[in-house]
Amino acid sequence: MPGLTGRMSTIVKAKVSKVLDRAEDPAETLDYSYTKQLELLQNVKKGIADVVTSKKRLQMQEAQMQQQLVKLDTQARQALAANREDLARTALERKQNIQTELQGLDTQIAELEDQQQKLIDSESAMRAKLEAFRTKKEVIKAQYSAAEAQVRISEAATGVGEQMADVGLAMQRALDKTENMKARASAVGELEASGTFEDLTQIGSGKDDIDRQLEAIGAGGAVDDELAKMKAELGSGAPAQPALAAPAPDGEETPAAPAPDDGEAASQ
Amino acid sequence: MIVRIFSDGQYRLPEAVHDRLHELDNRTVAAVDAADEAAFTSTYAELIELIHEKGERLDDDDLTPSDLMLPPADISLEEARSEFTGDGLLPD
Repeated sequence: MPGLTGRMSTIVKAKVSKVLDRAEDPAETLDYSYTKQLELLQNVKKGIADVVTSKKRLQMQEAQMQQQLVKLDTQARQALAANREDLARTALERKQNIQTELQGLDTQIAELEDQQQKLIDSESAMRAKLEAFRTKKEVIKAQYSAAEAQVRISEAATGVGEQMADVGLAMQRALDKTENMKARASAVGELEASGTFEDLTQIGSGKDDIDRQLEAIGAGGAVDDELAKMKAELGSGAPAQPALAAPAPDGEETPAAPAPDDGEAASQ
Repeated sequence: MIVRIFSDGQYRLPEAVHDRLHELDNRTVAAVDAADEAAFTSTYAELIELIHEKGERLDDDDLTPSDLMLPPADISLEEARSEFTGDGLLPD
């Protein structure tokens, strides 16, 4: 029969009968297959544990970057207070840079979380199927020792073989998936570790100069905005703004920014 | 006819849906041949849905040999291709 189903059926049946034909004692083959599948299931569990570890590593990295954000923000404020706008700008540029990377990290962590849950679900489904296989296998073994109805035994063994193939494929795919996720997580981890504190303005490989300039425009705008905000908070960055000014009498406030049209009227 | 969907379970399908099953199966293969990801995904989903809808699910510990076997519902086009070109999806 043509088609995907036909192809799949042919392959499964060929593999199952190959395994069963090879064996002198089908009972032994079934036991061996079961043991092998149990081992595979352990590998799947270990794979899930590895994915969890990778995720935790990324989460730790995320926490460190959050701390770095706070530190850079503080540094920028200190620099501005000390009238070093250039230094504040550098700090804020780094902050922008880290914020962008944090977003990417967030996405990766969420994805790992999602995949992890799917793997855990499919692991328990595999366990249930393997348990069904174990029970059936014992029944077949009992029939085989009774040496009756050979045809029925081989038929039952074929059914069990299918189940073995089913669980086997599910485990193979789960293992591939965990490997894939681990590789991706560690790739992201390395990228973050090497990229986070590098100066974006350094000439290096990877992005071309246009990419850099485009990024610089965006980042520059965000930095300007933040600088302006900090200046406003700190009182327009005036050199000698006293921290503890004497209470100003009403009407003597001088707005830091250009007042709107009705500002003059209101202040009088 | 008994059909097994890998990573899912076994279903007993009435005669009446056999033709529809084969038609969708052939369309799935055509999509694989054409490397048409969208057509593959939608046709295969339709095929799985047909079995879920019309089939009667067997118990997990039934283990009657199946007449037909289908790859898992979430199989990728790439995996389906390897089913035709290599030894198939199944590990030895």
